[in-house]
Amino acid sequence: MSRAFDLVVVGGGIHGCTAALFAARGGLSVALIERGALCREASGVNAGTLTMQMTRVALIPYALRAHAMWADAPNWLGHDVGVVVCDGLSLAFTEHEEALLADRAGKRREAGAPIELITADQAKQVEPGLGPGVRLAGYCKVDGFANAYLTGVAFRKALLEAGVTLMERTEASGIDPLGGGYAVKTTTGAVRGRKLLIAGGVWIEPMLGWLGVRLPIKVLVNQLVVTERQRPVMRTVLGIASGLLSLKQYPHGTTVIGGGWQGEGDRDRGGVALLPDRLIGNVRLACHAIPALAEARIARAWAGLEAETADALPAVGPIPGHPDAYVCGSVHSGYTSGLYIARLLADRILDREPELPLFPIDRLLAVTETA
Amino acid sequence: MNRVPGSSDVSSVDVIVIGAGPAGAEAAIGAAEGGLAVTLLDEQGASGGQVWRAPVGGYPGKRDPEAAAGAALRARLQASAVRAAFGHRVWSVVRDDSPDGLTPGFRVDAVGPHGNLSLRAPALVLATGAHERVVPFPGWTLPGVVGLAAATVLLKSHGLAPGRRVVVAGCGPLLLAVAAGLVKAGVEVPAVADLSRRFDWLARMPAVLGRPALAARGAGWCARAALSGARMLSGHGVRRAEGPEGVERVVLGPVDAQGRALSGPEIAFEADALVVGHGLTTACEVTRMLRATHRFSRLYGGWIPEVDEHFETTVPGLFAIGDGAGIRGQQIASLAGRRVGLELWARAGHADVGGRRGSDFESVDRQLARARPFSDAMSGLMAQRAGQVADIAPDTVVCRCEDVTRAEIDTAIDQSAGSIDQLKHFTRCGMGPCQGRYCGDTVQELMALRLQEPREAVGQWTGRPPLRPVSLGELVGEFNYDDIPIPKPAPL
Repeated sequence: MSRAFDLVVVGGGIHGCTAALFAARGGLSVALIERGALCREASGVNAGTLTMQMTRVALIPYALRAHAMWADAPNWLGHDVGVVVCDGLSLAFTEHEEALLADRAGKRREAGAPIELITADQAKQVEPGLGPGVRLAGYCKVDGFANAYLTGVAFRKALLEAGVTLMERTEASGIDPLGGGYAVKTTTGAVRGRKLLIAGGVWIEPMLGWLGVRLPIKVLVNQLVVTERQRPVMRTVLGIASGLLSLKQYPHGTTVIGGGWQGEGDRDRGGVALLPDRLIGNVRLACHAIPALAEARIARAWAGLEAETADALPAVGPIPGHPDAYVCGSVHSGYTSGLYIARLLADRILDREPELPLFPIDRLLAVTETA
Repeated sequence: MNRVPGSSDVSSVDVIVIGAGPAGAEAAIGAAEGGLAVTLLDEQGASGGQVWRAPVGGYPGKRDPEAAAGAALRARLQASAVRAAFGHRVWSVVRDDSPDGLTPGFRVDAVGPHGNLSLRAPALVLATGAHERVVPFPGWTLPGVVGLAAATVLLKSHGLAPGRRVVVAGCGPLLLAVAAGLVKAGVEVPAVADLSRRFDWLARMPAVLGRPALAARGAGWCARAALSGARMLSGHGVRRAEGPEGVERVVLGPVDAQGRALSGPEIAFEADALVVGHGLTTACEVTRMLRATHRFSRLYGGWIPEVDEHFETTVPGLFAIGDGAGIRGQQIASLAGRRVGLELWARAGHADVGGRRGSDFESVDRQLARARPFSDAMSGLMAQRAGQVADIAPDTVVCRCEDVTRAEIDTAIDQSAGSIDQLKHFTRCGMGPCQGRYCGDTVQELMALRLQEPREAVGQWTGRPPLRPVSLGELVGEFNYDDIPIPKPAPL
């Protein structure tokens, strides 16, 4: 029989990796089980935006602390994930968007995000690459972006250095509650842990199902586009009032265009197809904001899965009816806030009082059958 | 007509064919003869593909059998009812089955001179051809190093040569054809280096003797190059190309049957260009994107979609023919095109089984069977040689778009970039504008070597749009902000 760990983490995205890292640094023996490679799903293929202006109001205090963690990654993570801290703009092109922006920026500001509303002329000074038609902009200095595809490389090194037992390319297929712990069934045998963390992104729904817990998770299929390298055409991270655009140019010259336009796919098949009309719509929005993007060519488009709960707020906390078992996922705009929220959960797993409240899942459970 | 703002006009046809080379054009003509509405798309300005490439820009073209065959195909296409959309770059193909899932369907989007063109059809024929393989060596990214296939484009379409004194190296039938073409164009060719061990392969192979006309042409190319004074070096490959800013010197050396360098004298030639190619790989991006089943075939150029006797892939209604479905050359491509044309015609309900069409099927199938030995012999000459890939030096750039060296790739694999997609994330290899077309075959082989796994286990990069890099400006066209179908705002 295999050895027992203090903590077994199922899922190697940024939630699972961050919780595993801080739990290991807190003195626990940790195993991390990942079906593929680290941060190859949502955590590695998202647009990398770190912004207050697309973050849900309730998450702003978390996102601000997470932003500081991202910016400081070389120090606490020990490895670079290509974070650029820069100005962020959220644009309004119509009267309706203007009203939406004023309302949303106001509420985010109340929650602590340093967003101010500026005129089109002021916005043009912040971002000389802007096209015409801007009526109003939200301006935030605490924005930026990471290079999402570097996340897995960085975490892998950090986790190994922290002594975490990494089990990549190992698929979990079930969980058996033991007296005082859990056994996670995998393709290479059972992995036992005194404590358990389920951090499987869109797959937390079937994983919680192994414990008889029903937590419905909606699967979003977000389309993304990246251009080939191009001369510098923008210096900010850009969005629009409705949240349906994210745009930033990386230091090496490529620009990533996102915003959550939906492609075709599901939990079982992944992102299957990018729908051409929506791809064109997304790209039109990008070119409307930054006209010089029209000079570039699209190098690649892809789709990543995002998990969303019924109230679009995170599922982070203990699993009711299952002592020492926890879940971490569905953090809306989770890439920005995910690091900090997963670290809070690690504190809880280490029996420390988290600095800010978690997001217990009791509110979301359709049916709970306690074991 | 009422248009939904921001949505594309999608025209419906019976058959969409992508690629107007011998395979695609033949399939399109055949289907149209059967009364089907066919649209044929190609990014080039005329049909003919690579093998029968049309001259452009007022260049009259050469007088050889390929030029004549190309002109004949273009005339037949012109006379047919096929709607040809040249200068159209297909960037998106998605499945568009009927809502009940019973009837297959495809939507194809292409950027052309008049903006984006959207088509829908229940049958899609892929005849997307091949990409050239160049196995990296020191100096392969220098200006003046040109692919064998690229050199044939220059010669056939423009009547241009890549240099004044040009070394020709690599393998396969193009090698001698290009060498002879350059000599005929008045270019000095100091050396021709063939990876194959014997130069007289054309005359020696029984399969080749089944095609006496082609064997004679091959012998003629060989003789023309040799008579011009070129050093004919069999069993030799390029060690390196040298020069401060462009090719000035090409160093050749002996290799074994697997393309691995042998000890032996290196021979250096002064030259201002090097034309080099190591065979062809299949351009199977569409079948990959649509998740059809593929298998790995070293003989036929790498990953190929599985097809049945009708050339239908594992995706119903999706056909794959020509070199994109396996490197088998023009004759098989043309026959496969005819076969698919007949099949589409029969499926449309016009089948006269046992009558004229029935005998047509039999005749094409018979010709296909006869053509295979010669085709396989040619494919064998162009297959990737594992030893040549194993020999790539650590500091040689493998991914030229992103400047990723072999050492960086090996290091990433050792650091657990254990899948071909993860390797991209670790190194940016394959993430540039060539979308992995140039380096993919080499990188997959490097990973297979490093992990000591078969190529099947290493797999291939996930297929993603756009099928070719497409400019944002062309794609978005003229638009009003109000016409962008922006979804409802995300929750606050």
